Amino acid sequence: MTDFHAAAATADTPIEPALPEGWELVVGLEVHVELDTATKLFCGCANQFGSEPNTNVCPTCLGLPGSLPVMNGRAVELAMILGRALGCTVNRSVMARKNYFYPDMPKDFQTTQYDQPTNVDGRIVLGDGFVVGIERAHIEEDTGKSTHIGGGGRINDALYSLVDYNRAGVPLVEIVSRPDVRTIEHAKAYVEELREILIATGVSDARMEEGSMRVDANVSVRPFGSGELRTRCEIKNINSVRSLGRAIEFEAQRHIDLWTSGDAPHQETRHWDEEGGRTRSGRSKEDADDYRYFQEPDLVPLEPTDETIAAIDAAMPPLPSVRRTALTDATGADPDTVGLLVARGQDGLALDAIAEGVDPDKVVTRLVNDLAVDDWSRVTAPALAALVRMESAGDLSATQAKQVLGDLAEKGGDPAAHAAERGFEAMDTDELETLVDRLIAEHPDEWSRFTAGDDGDRKKMQGFFTGQIMKATQGQADGKAVAQILGRKASG
Amino acid sequence: MSAGAIAAAVRSGQRTAVDVLDEHLARISARDEEIHAFNLVTADEARAQAEAVDAAVAAGDDPGPLAGVPLALKDNMCTRGIPTTCSSKILEGWRPPYDATVVNRLRDAGAVVVGKTNLDEFAMGSSTENSAFGPTRNPLDPTRVPGGSSGGSAASVAAGFAPLAIGSDTGGSIRQPAAFCGIVGMKPTYGAVSRYGLIAFASSLDQIGPFATDVADAALMFDVIAGHDPLDSTSIADFAPQATASLDRGVDGLRVGVVRELSGGEGSVEGLSPDVVARTGEAVEALAAAGATISEVSVPSSTLGLSAYYLVAPAEASSNLARYDGVRYGLRVDAPTTGEMNTASRTAGFGAEVKRRIMLGTYALSAGYYDAFYGKALKVRTMMMRDFAAVYEQVDVLITPTAPTTAFPLGERTTDPMAMYVNDVCTIPSNLTGHPAISVPFGTGDDGLPVGVQVLAPALDDGLTFQVGAVLEAAAGGAR
Repeated sequence: MTDFHAAAATADTPIEPALPEGWELVVGLEVHVELDTATKLFCGCANQFGSEPNTNVCPTCLGLPGSLPVMNGRAVELAMILGRALGCTVNRSVMARKNYFYPDMPKDFQTTQYDQPTNVDGRIVLGDGFVVGIERAHIEEDTGKSTHIGGGGRINDALYSLVDYNRAGVPLVEIVSRPDVRTIEHAKAYVEELREILIATGVSDARMEEGSMRVDANVSVRPFGSGELRTRCEIKNINSVRSLGRAIEFEAQRHIDLWTSGDAPHQETRHWDEEGGRTRSGRSKEDADDYRYFQEPDLVPLEPTDETIAAIDAAMPPLPSVRRTALTDATGADPDTVGLLVARGQDGLALDAIAEGVDPDKVVTRLVNDLAVDDWSRVTAPALAALVRMESAGDLSATQAKQVLGDLAEKGGDPAAHAAERGFEAMDTDELETLVDRLIAEHPDEWSRFTAGDDGDRKKMQGFFTGQIMKATQGQADGKAVAQILGRKASG
Repeated sequence: MSAGAIAAAVRSGQRTAVDVLDEHLARISARDEEIHAFNLVTADEARAQAEAVDAAVAAGDDPGPLAGVPLALKDNMCTRGIPTTCSSKILEGWRPPYDATVVNRLRDAGAVVVGKTNLDEFAMGSSTENSAFGPTRNPLDPTRVPGGSSGGSAASVAAGFAPLAIGSDTGGSIRQPAAFCGIVGMKPTYGAVSRYGLIAFASSLDQIGPFATDVADAALMFDVIAGHDPLDSTSIADFAPQATASLDRGVDGLRVGVVRELSGGEGSVEGLSPDVVARTGEAVEALAAAGATISEVSVPSSTLGLSAYYLVAPAEASSNLARYDGVRYGLRVDAPTTGEMNTASRTAGFGAEVKRRIMLGTYALSAGYYDAFYGKALKVRTMMMRDFAAVYEQVDVLITPTAPTTAFPLGERTTDPMAMYVNDVCTIPSNLTGHPAISVPFGTGDDGLPVGVQVLAPALDDGLTFQVGAVLEAAAGGAR
């Protein structure tokens, strides 16, 4: 099987307990993502967030009597792309019905996959090499969205409820991890890594705030190193990566408190209360559902051919882990910096600029510090390379380079033109020397502190002179050149 | 006048579609109060359609192979803007916003829909007595049932209300009423006719098919309604209907098998009436006389069909009928909470037989029971497919009675579900295997009521059923 990941860490990453001494966290994650298709899973209605309620609907996604589903081929393809990106085996799969009554589910069953999912047995390698196993990634349809008005805002005490079926039938993939995660940091890193994979492969826009990526966490604890799996609780309604961390932390502590007081948590679904900073019990155990799964008779099995899988593999874009390795190799930058650039998708730009022979460090510095903007699509690799070249040659100071990069992001074009337009001209060394001489003459006390003072004084005064020069030149002077001249004059 | 003859007359301008329609509407007015074949007669819409057909003819266009032919539609097929009830209170007031694919195909072929016919609620039954709107009577003897669940469609053809009708067949719901009413009814290969717009009972078994007074008319309609539909994922991709072309091929040299277990032979299912068994034997002799080679064959698993069916069909139904929850359309009985409203609406909206099957199916799929019930039924189904495939290595078609008896009196079996279920013992195997089958009238029973003989063929060989059916029909006394 083709492996799209960078080599997985071979050494076991040491597991640091994030919990009180003696306890170990066990987390499995279930992530639902909306597939980035034009239409819904079983009909031609638009798969679109934010439309007027109940405008993207038809007999099929409303589950009207007599309607039938027709599988969206693009959704299946995206699900398989994700499966391969997660290193899964892509199998012959069948759709199944999950039967339960809920008003926002038009057919009162959800068409999903049960015992024969599309993707099984994959993994995600986190930035530090930690491996989280993927049990399955299966295709299913989304439900409508209920808004409960009045009462406590829940279905059982609301005055009335409104249902928007625009979301009903939107294609989802549910990615179920194995209970491999042991720390909150890894739980968060898992979700972030998955999100980057989804974006890199074009499978989903993975926006947690719009609900196109929804994370549920199965949390349990155990005495450190015991290896057992204790009662878990499923935490829903987690709206951000930050909340995920808070929710796991709260829930784990709740479990520890229960266990240490001689009690025990019971298996249930709990909801994260963002404002209260706590999880709350959802439906009670007595309501435990029997979903009566059976094969969906209105759809035929999905049977990918070897050719289909081969074509998906051939077209697979480089995944974030591979891209991080490439950027690290090319720049030697630290993992956080590399992670940030890959997450922003600026790694390609960096590598292309570096390929033009300019200083990798400067490329990375410019991007990390000065291109933290949403839209940087106008910045081309040759322009970035030219910019860095000008900076390296001393034609632009760091401050000026930052401004020119801002111009490139906003307007595109060529850095030399933007620099000229802003009146940025390289100061020649003679001019700078003259200026330094003048400033030394004007500030004899400071100069003597620079030449004769201790290290602290020297540093402070270098800052003073550099500041004066920048002021006098309106930032056009090259800081490095100034330091050089000052040093030479002090020693000479 | 046959559907073929009407279409020929209308296409050639000898008769107008409106004239044909008026004649049939008059018959409906005269007798449907007694028979109750229709839940709704759509006279106005039918007139508009008939006028459109006549206008096309006047303009020199061809309105299609069913030009001006009145057609009765089982009331579980969606018709845009026209109430579609499944003969259930739960769908009260619902008007579909779309037409079923068959409805579109029939209209495009020039047929004129005269009304929506009565059925056992959600097609669950064998007598049309399970309708929330009252039973349909057999036009040949109004004290008897017309069969079911497509009893209204069968009765409308038998009573001359329409030369053609559409039914759906999940376990015999076209063939058994055709037999009871002395007409032709055919269940196509699963996937030959689109189910889009057919309100589901049991999705893996449901097929739409024709009712007609003779085999040629049934073939004519089959060729119109069969064929691929992208809206139905189980629709066969490249199905080319050849029914009419198959009619005159005869049976010379054809290998005909008599299924021992379904024809009163050794190890046969019980309850087959001797007169029905006798007529079936005469039908086999007629085929032999026409040149067919006859042999007795065994399909041991066919006797398990009834048991498997009454797990598979209710299981699917329990899921298919979940959507009638009072939330979006149809009957709603208000109650304090959503769950209570669901329960109250379903309690008031569904009849006893529907509730019985929902409960059966829910049970069969439940955790801890799935393997013993639904799972086992699926295995029987697989076994039957294998057994029939083996038999079709030896023979080309199979012959059985359609139903164990002739039409029984109204009320006779309503209190005994098992006695009612046994009606389908000969028809169910074709639904479980997905194979085509036709019921053709062949003589009468001791009570003077018609007997139907069934011809079964392998999947995709729908043409064969018409081919053999035409020979049986000729032997039974010629097409009407």
